[in-house]
Amino acid sequence: MDFYDRLMNLDRRWVYLVVGIAVIIPVLNPFRVPVFVTQEVRSIYDFVESLESGDIMFLAIDYDPQAMAEVHPMAGAIMRQCFAKDVKLIISALSQNGPGMAEQLISEVAREFGKKSGIDYCYLGYKPYFGLVILAMGQNFRIPFPEDYYGVPLDSLPMMRDVRNYDDVKGVIDISSGNITDAWIIYGNGRYDVKLAIGVTGVMTANYYPYLASGQIFGLMGGLKGASEYEALSKQGDRAIKMMSIQTTAHIVIVLFIVAGNIGYFMSRKKNKK
Amino acid sequence: MDLGTIIWNTIALFLTLCIFSFLYKDNPFYKFAEHLVVGVSAGYFAIILYFNGFIPKVWIPVARKGEWWYLLPAILGVMTWTRFSKKWSWISRFAIAFYMGIAVGVALPLEMQQRVVKQLHASMLPVHFMDIQGFWNLLIILGVLCGLVYFFFSVEHKGVVGGAARLGIWILMIGFGAGFGLTVMGRISLLADRIQFMREWYLMVTQALWGA
Repeated sequence: MDFYDRLMNLDRRWVYLVVGIAVIIPVLNPFRVPVFVTQEVRSIYDFVESLESGDIMFLAIDYDPQAMAEVHPMAGAIMRQCFAKDVKLIISALSQNGPGMAEQLISEVAREFGKKSGIDYCYLGYKPYFGLVILAMGQNFRIPFPEDYYGVPLDSLPMMRDVRNYDDVKGVIDISSGNITDAWIIYGNGRYDVKLAIGVTGVMTANYYPYLASGQIFGLMGGLKGASEYEALSKQGDRAIKMMSIQTTAHIVIVLFIVAGNIGYFMSRKKNKK
Repeated sequence: MDLGTIIWNTIALFLTLCIFSFLYKDNPFYKFAEHLVVGVSAGYFAIILYFNGFIPKVWIPVARKGEWWYLLPAILGVMTWTRFSKKWSWISRFAIAFYMGIAVGVALPLEMQQRVVKQLHASMLPVHFMDIQGFWNLLIILGVLCGLVYFFFSVEHKGVVGGAARLGIWILMIGFGAGFGLTVMGRISLLADRIQFMREWYLMVTQALWGA
């Protein structure tokens, strides 16, 4: 077995080991990589920046803890940007394992900015069957959520007194790791013409570009890269920016493995032809 | 940093290493962590569903407000459980049919509008050569048409149709490549987060032990 054959039959654990070493290097010697902002992320930032003090925005935190690495920094940065501008937030968490995690983030950011539940934000929490919940909220938030996450009736919350449905919010930003995004596009945007932007995991990103091109969504943040772009724009948090150095070294290693694998493939094919 | 936080983070670190151990080979530590996460997720979901579904939508309306008609959907829900019995599983079909009817009725017009009509509309673009946008529009139209031709099996794929289908498969491959690249980015992000977590754990523990 020559070198190229060995390259083709390399034990996958060597790949894991090399990728592992590659991601540890930036942790031991931290460095920053430049973040280039794309138009689809800037659109979301510009939208939030255009809101005025007292405006209300809907933030949908629709992911489970396993997607935190990619999309949690997006939710944190948007929430911080809104609170810094005194924009009020209505927040839901329609992914079944997400409500506790969302509550932790909301409490943390609200404490940072001295914001109060019911006055500066309203956390609705979770209700099953997200499609129906999104449809029902289009009529009135009180249909699926007569009370907020903490059990307080919506009518008794000062910021919710004159708020009925999507007509009373400036827009919806959905941060998601699953098909709840489809429900927001189909039911939220399709049925109620909600002004919608999304932040999704890397795996999902390619699937949603057609909706951006068609204007059904006005912005798109994809994975950790999207999160780092938003952090760079809003200057709220730097967790995603820090992780981009790890991402970069890992990607370089993976590209090298792909190149090596292809060289091995073509060389062994050439040898077999002979 | 309080002791509770250190203990919980140390347990999280141990579980992370248990999962990573699968990269070498399957082992009892990995199995333990895997079963734990499945169990915890299922238990958490069951409790969330009970307090956000059953209590506000069944218990409070029926038991406290006397709105007995809320029992009807609850009975439909209970009927689905008959699927576990060979003898009575036919009963579950009523509930499933009811659910399917509503879901299809609600979803079909909106799905057609959002996924087909609006996407078709977005593909009807002006082709011109006055600026680069005209070229991009042409590329989109060619991509859509050739992609569709590839899935058109009523005509043999040879000649012009064969050429278009071949271009279609190339465009599909480029799409899959973009999807794969983004998937790699997503998976590496998860790894990066865990590595970052380990570093933070190390800093937390050394600070707690030696104040450094």
